[in-house]
Amino acid sequence: MKKTYLIEDLCCAHCASKIETKVRDLDGVLSANLNFIAQKLVVEIEDRIADSITAQIVKITAAIEPDATVEEQ
Amino acid sequence: MTKKQKLLLKKIGIAGAVFFIAVLFTACTPAFLIKPYLSLFLFLTAYFIIGGKVLKKAAHNIRHGQIFDENFLMAIATIGAFFVGEYPEGVAVMLFYQIGELFESYAVGKSRKSIATLMQIRPDFANLLTDGTITEVEPQTVHIGDLILVKPGEKIPLDGIITEGASSLDTAALTGEALPQEVTAGDRAISGCINLSGTLTIRVTKEFGDSTVAKILDMVENASSKKAKAENFISKFAKYYTPVVVCLALFLAFLPPLFLSEPFGGWIYRALNFLVVSCPCALVISIPLGFFGGIGGAAKKGILMKGSNYLEALAHADTFVFDKTGTLTKGNFKVTGIFSESYSKEELLSFAALAESHSSHPIALSIREAYAVLESGTPKSASDSLSEVTELAGFGVRADVNGHEVMVGRKKLLVEQNLAVPDLPEHGTCVFIAIDRQFAGIISIEDEIKPDTADAMKNLKGLGIRKLVMLTGDKKETGETLAKQLGLDAAHTELLPADKVTHLEALLETQATGHTLAYVGDGINDAPVLARADIGIAMGGLGSDAAIEAADIVIMTDEPSKLAEAIRLSRYTLTIVHQNVVFAIGVKVLVLILSALGMTGMWLAVFADVGVCVLAILNSMRALK
Repeated sequence: MKKTYLIEDLCCAHCASKIETKVRDLDGVLSANLNFIAQKLVVEIEDRIADSITAQIVKITAAIEPDATVEEQ
Repeated sequence: MTKKQKLLLKKIGIAGAVFFIAVLFTACTPAFLIKPYLSLFLFLTAYFIIGGKVLKKAAHNIRHGQIFDENFLMAIATIGAFFVGEYPEGVAVMLFYQIGELFESYAVGKSRKSIATLMQIRPDFANLLTDGTITEVEPQTVHIGDLILVKPGEKIPLDGIITEGASSLDTAALTGEALPQEVTAGDRAISGCINLSGTLTIRVTKEFGDSTVAKILDMVENASSKKAKAENFISKFAKYYTPVVVCLALFLAFLPPLFLSEPFGGWIYRALNFLVVSCPCALVISIPLGFFGGIGGAAKKGILMKGSNYLEALAHADTFVFDKTGTLTKGNFKVTGIFSESYSKEELLSFAALAESHSSHPIALSIREAYAVLESGTPKSASDSLSEVTELAGFGVRADVNGHEVMVGRKKLLVEQNLAVPDLPEHGTCVFIAIDRQFAGIISIEDEIKPDTADAMKNLKGLGIRKLVMLTGDKKETGETLAKQLGLDAAHTELLPADKVTHLEALLETQATGHTLAYVGDGINDAPVLARADIGIAMGGLGSDAAIEAADIVIMTDEPSKLAEAIRLSRYTLTIVHQNVVFAIGVKVLVLILSALGMTGMWLAVFADVGVCVLAILNSMRALK
C-alpha cells in the first residue's frame, strides 16, 4: 500500500535525503521518496506494517530534524 | 516570510547589534583590568543569541548519532574560533551562516510557491447536483454517474460528459494552449480545465483518483522518484564528501604542527575552515531543484515528464521514431485528387458520394465531406435517387444511383467483376469507381499532415537529431511519399504492431552509447513500442488515460512542434544542473585549497557553504521559466 506524508519545516535538503534513506531501510518498506521541494514523503509499504509505519517515520524525522512536523495525508 | 523566518531575522538583527557593540567596545575603549572578560562576555552574548539554536540542534543530533551534521560542524568551527582567540570571527561566521540560512529558506520557499502555482489545477470542491439541490462536496466523494454543476470561473473537478449548457474552457494549465476550447452538451469535459463563460452540468465518468487532473498531479509530484544520473552522482558524492573533508580537517589540524613543530593555533584555524565548507547542502538541494524546475517548466507548456531521468535522456536523444497516423498526421482522411477521363470531377464525386451515403467508413466520410464542400450552397437535389445498396465488406459498395449502377471500392472489387481497369500511378489510398460496369475514375484520399509537422521535423534536425524514422502500418507508397515530403531519413511501412517492436529493437541496436532513442506515438495501440524505447513519448495526452499510463513523457496537445520545445527545455535544464554541480564543487574545492594554504578566512568558507547554496537555488529556478 501507499502512504503520503507532509513533512514541513525541513531546513536542509541533505537532512531530507537522510530521512529518506532511513525510512527506506525500515523493515517492510518497499520504496520511499522524499521530495524536498513538495515536502512530501511517499512510501510504499507491506500491509503488515501499516499501523506502525507512521510512528516510525515520526521517530526518524525527530531524530534527524527535530523542528520538522510530520502529518499523514 | 514565514513566522520562523521572521524570528530568525529578528535574531540576526539583535545579535548583529550586540556584535557591533562588542567590536566597538573592544576597539575603542582603553585597556583596563576586566576589559578582556567584558569583551568576551559581549561576544558570547551575541554568539548565543544567534547560534543558540544551532548549538542545541548539534547536541540533539550528536545524541542521535548524527556526527557529520551541518549544525554540529558549524558549532565546532565557531567554538573553535573562540578557543583560538578569534572571538569576532566566531560570532561573525555564525551570523553570516544564519543570514545564509535565511536566504536559503526564503529562496526554497519562493521556488516552492512557484511550483505550487503550477499545481493549482487541483480542484477543491465539486457542486454535486441531487434532485435539484446543489451541495458543495469534496471531489473525492463524487461517484461515476453523479451530476455536477460547474459555474463560470470554477475548475472542472472531475472528468465527465457535458449534459447541459455551453461554454468555453481554458485548458492552459494542462496544455499551455492559450486559445480556449468551445464545448457544448455531448462534449467531454476534462478535469483541471477552467470553465470560462457558461454554467455546465456534467455527468461524471471517472472517480477523482482516475481523473485526468489527479493523474497529472500524481505524475508531476512523483516525478522526483525516478532520478537522473546527475542526481544519483550527487547523492553518492555527498555521502563521501563530508566525512572526507572532516578527516582532512583533522589531519590539517594535527599533522603539520606535529611534524613541522609549528604552533597549533594557525593550523586549527585552517582546519575549522574545512569544517565550515564540508556541508554538502548546496549540491544536495540544487540538483533535484534544477530538475524539478525543468519538469515544472515543461508541465507549464503542456509537456509532462514522469521523471528527471527521462528529462536527462531526452536531452541526449539523437534518434526519433514516429508512428504515422495520429502522430505526424491528423488521422482524418481527405480527398486530395480526383481523376477521370469520361466524367467531370464533380460528377464522379457526386456518384461516389451518393453511393457511399450510408457507409460510416472513414474513407466514405471523407468522400462525402469533399462532395459537401464542392456542392456548398447547392443542396443535393431531391431528384437524386439511391437504391439497391449492397456493402461488400472490405471491398467497397455497390448501389444504383440515379438509374446508374455504381461500384465504389478497391481495385480488387472492379477486377473481380471482370472490368478493365487501366494501370495508373496511385497516391495515398485510392478508391476506384465504375459506372454502368465501365471504369470511370479514381478518387485518391490522403491523411492530412498536421500543420506544424513539417516545421517540427526541421526543428528537430536543427537541434542535431541524427535520425528521423517513421514506422507505419500504412501502404508503402503512402508512407514513403510522406517521409520524403517531411524529409525523414527512413520509413518502414506495412508493419503490424509486432513488427514495430522488431524494427525498433533493430534501431536500438545501432544506437551509439550515450545517445538515446525516442519513440513518439499516440499511445493508443503502441504501448509495447512506447515501453521498449529509451523514451516513450505520447501525443495528445489530454483526456487519454492510455497515453498517460504508457508513456514516459506525455505531450498534452496534438502538436509535434512541442517535441523540439521539450528537447530544448531538457537541454537547458541539464545545462543549469551541470553549472550548479561545477560551480558548487568548484567553489568548495577552491576554498578548501585556499584554507589549507592559510590564504582565506572563515568568511569565505561560510560563503562557500550557504552562499553557494543560495546562488545554486536561484540558478535552478531559471529552469522553471
